[in-house]
Amino acid sequence: MKQFQYIRPATQQNVLDAITKSGTKIIAGGTNLVDLMKRGVTAPDKLVDINHLPLKGITPTKSGLHIGALALNSVVSENALVLQKHPLLSLALKAGASPQLRNMATVGGNMMQRTRCTYFYDTTMPCNKREPGTGCGAMEGYNRMHAIFGASQQCIAVHPSDMCVGLAALDAVVIIAGKKGERRIPFVDFHRLPEDHPETDNHLAKDELIVGVEIPDNNFAKNSYYLKVRDRQSYAFALVSVAAALDISGGLIKQARLAMGGVAHKPWRLYDAEKSLVGKAPTEENFKVAAQIAMQGAKAYEYNAFKLKLAPASISEALKHAAGVV
Amino acid sequence: MEDKISNKNSSKGPSRVDGRLKVTGAAKYSAEYALPGMAYGVLVGSTITKGTITSIDTKKAETAPGVLAVISHFNCPKVPGYDSADPAVKGPLKIFHDNKIVYNGQPIAVVVADSFERALFAAALVKAEYNAEKHHTNLKDNLTKAVAPHDDAVYSRGMPEAWKTAAVTVEQEYILPSEVHHPMELHAIIARWDAADKISVWDKTQGVKDTQSNIAKLFGIPVDNVQVHSKFVGGAFGSALQVWPHEVAAIIGAKVVKRPVKLVLSRADMATSVGYRPHTWQKIAIGASADGKLVGVVHEAAGQTSTFEDFAEGPSDVSRQLYACPNVSTSNKMVSLDIGSPTWMRGPGPATGTFALESAMDELSYKLNIDPIELRLRNYAETDPESGKPFSGKNLKDAYRLGADNIGWSDRSQTPGSVTKDGWLVGYGISGGVFGADREPVTLTATMMADGKLVLQTAVSDIGPGTATAMVAVAAETMDMPADKIRFDLGDSAFPAAPQQGGSTITSSVGSAVYMACRDLKEKFQQLIGNGGTDKPDYAKVLKQHNLQRLQVTADSKAGKEVDTYAMYSWSVHFVKVLVNPATGVVKLDKVTCVADNGRIISPKTARSQIIGGAIMGIGMALMEEAVIDDRYGRVINSNFADYHVPVNADIPQIEALFVNKPDYNINPIGAKGMGEISLIGMAAAVANAVYNATGKRVRDLPITPDKLI
Ligand SMILES: Cc1cc2nc3c(=O)[nH]c(=O)nc-3n(C[C@H](O)[C@H](O)[C@H](O)COP(=O)(O)OP(=O)(O)OC[C@H]3O[C@@H](n4cnc5c(N)ncnc54)[C@H](O)[C@@H]3O)c2cc1C
Repeated sequence: MKQFQYIRPATQQNVLDAITKSGTKIIAGGTNLVDLMKRGVTAPDKLVDINHLPLKGITPTKSGLHIGALALNSVVSENALVLQKHPLLSLALKAGASPQLRNMATVGGNMMQRTRCTYFYDTTMPCNKREPGTGCGAMEGYNRMHAIFGASQQCIAVHPSDMCVGLAALDAVVIIAGKKGERRIPFVDFHRLPEDHPETDNHLAKDELIVGVEIPDNNFAKNSYYLKVRDRQSYAFALVSVAAALDISGGLIKQARLAMGGVAHKPWRLYDAEKSLVGKAPTEENFKVAAQIAMQGAKAYEYNAFKLKLAPASISEALKHAAGVV
Repeated sequence: MEDKISNKNSSKGPSRVDGRLKVTGAAKYSAEYALPGMAYGVLVGSTITKGTITSIDTKKAETAPGVLAVISHFNCPKVPGYDSADPAVKGPLKIFHDNKIVYNGQPIAVVVADSFERALFAAALVKAEYNAEKHHTNLKDNLTKAVAPHDDAVYSRGMPEAWKTAAVTVEQEYILPSEVHHPMELHAIIARWDAADKISVWDKTQGVKDTQSNIAKLFGIPVDNVQVHSKFVGGAFGSALQVWPHEVAAIIGAKVVKRPVKLVLSRADMATSVGYRPHTWQKIAIGASADGKLVGVVHEAAGQTSTFEDFAEGPSDVSRQLYACPNVSTSNKMVSLDIGSPTWMRGPGPATGTFALESAMDELSYKLNIDPIELRLRNYAETDPESGKPFSGKNLKDAYRLGADNIGWSDRSQTPGSVTKDGWLVGYGISGGVFGADREPVTLTATMMADGKLVLQTAVSDIGPGTATAMVAVAAETMDMPADKIRFDLGDSAFPAAPQQGGSTITSSVGSAVYMACRDLKEKFQQLIGNGGTDKPDYAKVLKQHNLQRLQVTADSKAGKEVDTYAMYSWSVHFVKVLVNPATGVVKLDKVTCVADNGRIISPKTARSQIIGGAIMGIGMALMEEAVIDDRYGRVINSNFADYHVPVNADIPQIEALFVNKPDYNINPIGAKGMGEISLIGMAAAVANAVYNATGKRVRDLPITPDKLI
């Protein structure tokens, strides 16, 4: 591990000033960044600690719920407003990592966590994400955990977060601070697909800071579910995960939201499958149809072909739980 | 046998004598010692798999802050034991000995610095150039190269082909991936040269005496000039049964920098540097008559080993004696690959072997439509089928009954996939386990101190099962005195000789020595007291009356004629109830019941913990453990706890540990046999069999991950 400097600027403005310099990196909970530094995947000259900034609040707004970027994953998952308005987010958070990690991990850090692809982590291996131009170790390697949607010739890694799958399904908005003030972008547009630049995970500029996310109020609280399929019952990344949210009234689905984790370089929204459910009854048959629609365009590699079966099975299973028809 | 411990079994036995030290952090492990002037070593590993080192650039590292030395084969002082070894004979890796690379991750240099962080930083600056050669790391692709390591590896009785003539047959292949020991405590050593020919080490080891003699041999110094301290060991499971290259590196480092050197392996190093259970291919062919009597068994096994060391676990040996069967042939072969050496890992041999044999027996039970327990009873071996000798003690029928009642076996359906609960498929499985029960030579002193405290000393290690606790239990019972007045000293080469803690031999071996020493000590007290003394003397008072500071006896304990008379084993039966999600393939264990038939239980609390620990390790073997090598690079790609999965609390159901608890006085005077191995052996097959019962899907390649069930 390289020697580095550590600073803790007093204000948000001071943080924004500090991160304009190259070689700097924001540190929040440190649960991902420090691992990456120990493995030599990233080697910042200077860490900019933001943990003291007043970005921890969880507060209702006119039309939604604001969650600060420094709110801890554990705190968000147990927050009364979150549990009442967006139980899906609580479930997604609790499906991630372990209680110890969630006690350190922040909302902003969770969004910015990097892929768990083993080729990305091992600096002796080729990886276009870590070192552009070196090739993709996973494409013809051990790609059991890898993408079935939206991959490129450059990279087939997946985004590992559970929380982000929940936020993508819930139409959240990301609030970003930069030199020129604040901007807001839809959560689904925050992360990007690898295309020819797998080294760039998302649309946050190097000199910007995530200050929070906002979830618009919705009617999904009664019928939502987060299903995570993994190799052990806790403390494992998703083979696939599904966030399912339904607005059911009069026996019919009025609105549906579906997003998947463990299948793409970003939380993967299933728009066509959502549309297919609108106006339909919440039945297993309809869920299965939606799941099939969701799988259009899926492509597997040597070790992850099982996801082509596991993903649709998980989608309809999650929808059944959301609808309460299990 | 007249001379034996009483079989009262009245108490629950003592609580862990070192429990408070462990939970408060006061128990000091090897890495936790701080010696004056201590420096720190960090290893640099090869990034190629096979070939030669052409150059190593150490300049940057050498000039980095705090660096004291960078040692590689270019500048390593001679290790006398390496030079005197016959180069034609295979053996453990000789670290920094020559320019050859024989596996990926092989240590090529050690950086010694005045702090761990500085050593770690400098290690990243060491750059080697290689001449890489084509490597082979894939077992399946190289199975045709399998060879038997020695004559004993191949066995046959009766007619090898007999199984083919049977009414019902099963012929299948079973695959076990390589598994890493990954004890909680990282391997660590602190080495200090006390003089030109004197070494002290604080080292994680399962055998202080073996480590002592091996270090003496390697460095060409008298055995008594080596001191090995290993008071506490945080798990090992076989990974600390030998002196590994990193231990030699620390001793060399200490010599070069003339300071004590601490070297702690990283978690990633643990996957390549201290052995593993070899990835093993097995084939079983088994035949039975229509009424379920075994006609013949053929069991073949081939496992990975390195190119520089021969190692074969002996998985197929279990088929020689688990069941009464006239025609049995077995073979254990190895395939040399460009990987680090495997080693013993909890239940070595039968843990792998029972996965194949007990899965095949389960397959047979469905073909025959006979309950799996009933099938086992129909082939119950009353005497050892291999040697013909009587068993020293075997009460396996009691174990089947106890376990079946406890798990609710009567609720099991013989038709796979026919029972559901809340949308989950329900299944039950069973598997047996067996491991040889040996008794090794032990010398032990028992000293009654003036204050009435009893001190027992021998050079055994305690890698976690609670050896000291069990030994105190034996002493308390034999001396008829309270456990809290007894101290058991272990983990230091200065004490009298004891074996390594491996192969489930310690309770039998050291426990017998404790019993003998205490018995003799008590006898000495009786002599002092003379006629008319009470049965329960006040030892301190007697010493005082006779003006004695202490009273000491030394016991030499070892196996006797019984090894010729009896076949001696510990047995286990594992019962598993699983739930399987039909949509996602997720397996959840609902309940596990383990029954051990291992003689008398002398320390019920630690015995229970031992069974639970082994069962959990078996659950890991069944459901998630797998060290993956990317054959293109020859490199282990999941050498961390995020990617190499071991069970977490959420994976573990209620586990019941039951004991037949019938003393086996034919093996030793305390009637107790080991259980470290049998707690694990058979678990994987029990889970696989339960998954089959739940789903109708037979998984023959571990681990049973969700993708294999959808
Ligand atoms: C063993 C293990 C298992 C795990 N399992 C799971 C799992 O199952 N599911 C899951 O979802 N996650 C899992 N995680 C990941 C965990 O959720 C993340 O590590 C955590 O959320 C990161 O948050 P942090 O605050 O610690 O981020 P840090 O490590 O501090 O930072 C991560 C990155 O975010 C950047 N950053 C942090 N805050 C901001 C901000 N406000 N604005 C801009 N950039 C910022 C940092 O610069 C850094 O690049 C696991 C982690 C580990 C170590």
